[in-house]
Amino acid sequence: MRWLLPDHIQDTLPPEADKLEALRRRLLDAFRVHGYQLVMPPMLEYLDSLTTGAGQDLELRTFKLVDQLSGRTMGVRADMTPQVARIDAQLLNRRGVSRLCYCASVLHSLPSTLTATREPLQLGAELYGHAGLEADVEIIRLLAEVMQVAQVPASRIDIGHVGLFRILAARAGVAPEREEPLFDLLQAKDVPGLGEFVAELAEPWRSALMALPGLYGGAAVLKRARAALPDDAEVIRAIDEMCALAAALADLPISFDLADLRGYHYHSGVVFAAYGNGAASALALGGRYDLLGGAFGRGRPATGFSLDLRQLALGLPEALAVGAVLAPFGDEPGLREAVFALRAAGEVVMIALPGHETTWNEAGCDRQLVRRAGAWVVEALQGE
Amino acid sequence: MASSPKKQKAERAASGSAKVVETNTCADGLQSPPYSFEGNASVSSITLALSKGRIFEETLPLLAAAGITPTDNPETSRKLIIGTNRPDVQLVIVRATDTPTYVQYGAADLGIAGKDVLLEHGGAGLYQPLDLKIARCRMCVAIRKGFDYERASRPGGRIRVATKYINTAKAHFAAKGVHVDLIKLYGSMELAPLVGLADAIVDLVSTGGTLRANNLEAVEDIMPISSRLIVNQASLKLKPELIQPVLDAFAGAVK
Repeated sequence: MRWLLPDHIQDTLPPEADKLEALRRRLLDAFRVHGYQLVMPPMLEYLDSLTTGAGQDLELRTFKLVDQLSGRTMGVRADMTPQVARIDAQLLNRRGVSRLCYCASVLHSLPSTLTATREPLQLGAELYGHAGLEADVEIIRLLAEVMQVAQVPASRIDIGHVGLFRILAARAGVAPEREEPLFDLLQAKDVPGLGEFVAELAEPWRSALMALPGLYGGAAVLKRARAALPDDAEVIRAIDEMCALAAALADLPISFDLADLRGYHYHSGVVFAAYGNGAASALALGGRYDLLGGAFGRGRPATGFSLDLRQLALGLPEALAVGAVLAPFGDEPGLREAVFALRAAGEVVMIALPGHETTWNEAGCDRQLVRRAGAWVVEALQGE
Repeated sequence: MASSPKKQKAERAASGSAKVVETNTCADGLQSPPYSFEGNASVSSITLALSKGRIFEETLPLLAAAGITPTDNPETSRKLIIGTNRPDVQLVIVRATDTPTYVQYGAADLGIAGKDVLLEHGGAGLYQPLDLKIARCRMCVAIRKGFDYERASRPGGRIRVATKYINTAKAHFAAKGVHVDLIKLYGSMELAPLVGLADAIVDLVSTGGTLRANNLEAVEDIMPISSRLIVNQASLKLKPELIQPVLDAFAGAVK
């Protein structure tokens, strides 16, 4: 059938589209009042710029085509974070802090799960130029606010540290090309597989890597981590960073997981994921990626998060549907002014085009504008 | 976000009594205030997915160690959702190959799945923290007696292999440098070499009885197989107070 859409691609129809747009506006407004400026990167770019420093999984997910003007390979963005990092590094050239946000469709050549869309509506906020924990605190608090605005039940933000993993892997002498399988084993908390992988590594790094999958839970886990991991200055610094976060975010529902190394490969420090009841996987992913800007010629401290607005909106209760008002067509005295006043007050007013008398309920009208004793009044619309 | 808005509303309304409170302590003895989040029906119960037969039987002692006793036996009952002595724990009976899917999509919080099944599924979105050491067997290459496997599986050679385990077989022969034509079958793999459909099969071998009965022999061990405990990632984050005790009890019972 020629009107079928490709797999994992969908239309968004009236009630849902309305809900999605309302949420998008509220979130972008929330970003705006925190000083995050909206950017609109292009839908497609040269592939090397889209996937620089971002790892192979992002490249596999990117739709590709050849630019007829230059002969170079272009990609349709699968993730906007590298685009925004490029904008910060190359175009804005600010010396201080820059706060940017965005919301647009991205395309995935492979859906992330069997039920996922291939066209997520990616919404995110990124903070550049500050290496201190204050930036991580700000961005995690902003994510908590997003969860609140989206009314995610029982939401929780789970914090990890990719830097800690990189230090342990480097100290243990894991070759760079074996870092990714190790990363995957930790991510899956695959303790038996991890045991085989680290069997030949030297102590105390072997035990340290083995301890990571079990180090998750409330902030008490950080104390256990310090006891379980070696007394290495950089290891201690990473744990101290998480302790400081635990203290600064103590009023939020946060937890820690030292083996959760979320997101694409550009992350370098504190990383986090937001979960909510009813969602079988993380709703938002984020973290520090201080190394990505360097790929665009100017390394900048960076942290931020992004999420799929479609997935987030699924859990949002439908707004109470307020029906529209049907107004007659014509230029009777006072009609235009009455319609104008209703619309100015936020009402939806539809003009009754002639010949469709029996379809106004279908169009969403439940009231009508009628003239009674010389005045225009709104009355219930009789069912057809 | 599987549940409908209406359902979530009802769950939230019913949540008053089920607050979960946890105390945070930090490294410098720093005490952060306890946090709470709204409890609701699905935050206060867990579902374990497993398959009938060997996995179910060998899981019973582990469940007993966690203080969980099923109220029905899936071998005799036709129910697919089985209650337990604990009101907050239920079991769902699924096909072995479907277990990771149920857990990945959060239809079950926990599951018990063979390593063979997990390798085919890919394990995306799952934690697999524990080797339960049950339902053990081997993943093997087997051939019809008399077939020159040495010659067919030289690097650069080409071989036709029938199997249920496409990913496992592909990875195994790629590592050996052998081109492989894979034929996906859903059962009675042993027949394929006998009727000339394939040169070899990749399959699970437990006692070797079926191979012997069909004049086949195992020529290569790919890996030992046993069952793993798998956990949905979001479930572990959202209801640790229910899942962690089960994990700990299972870990204790395995060792």
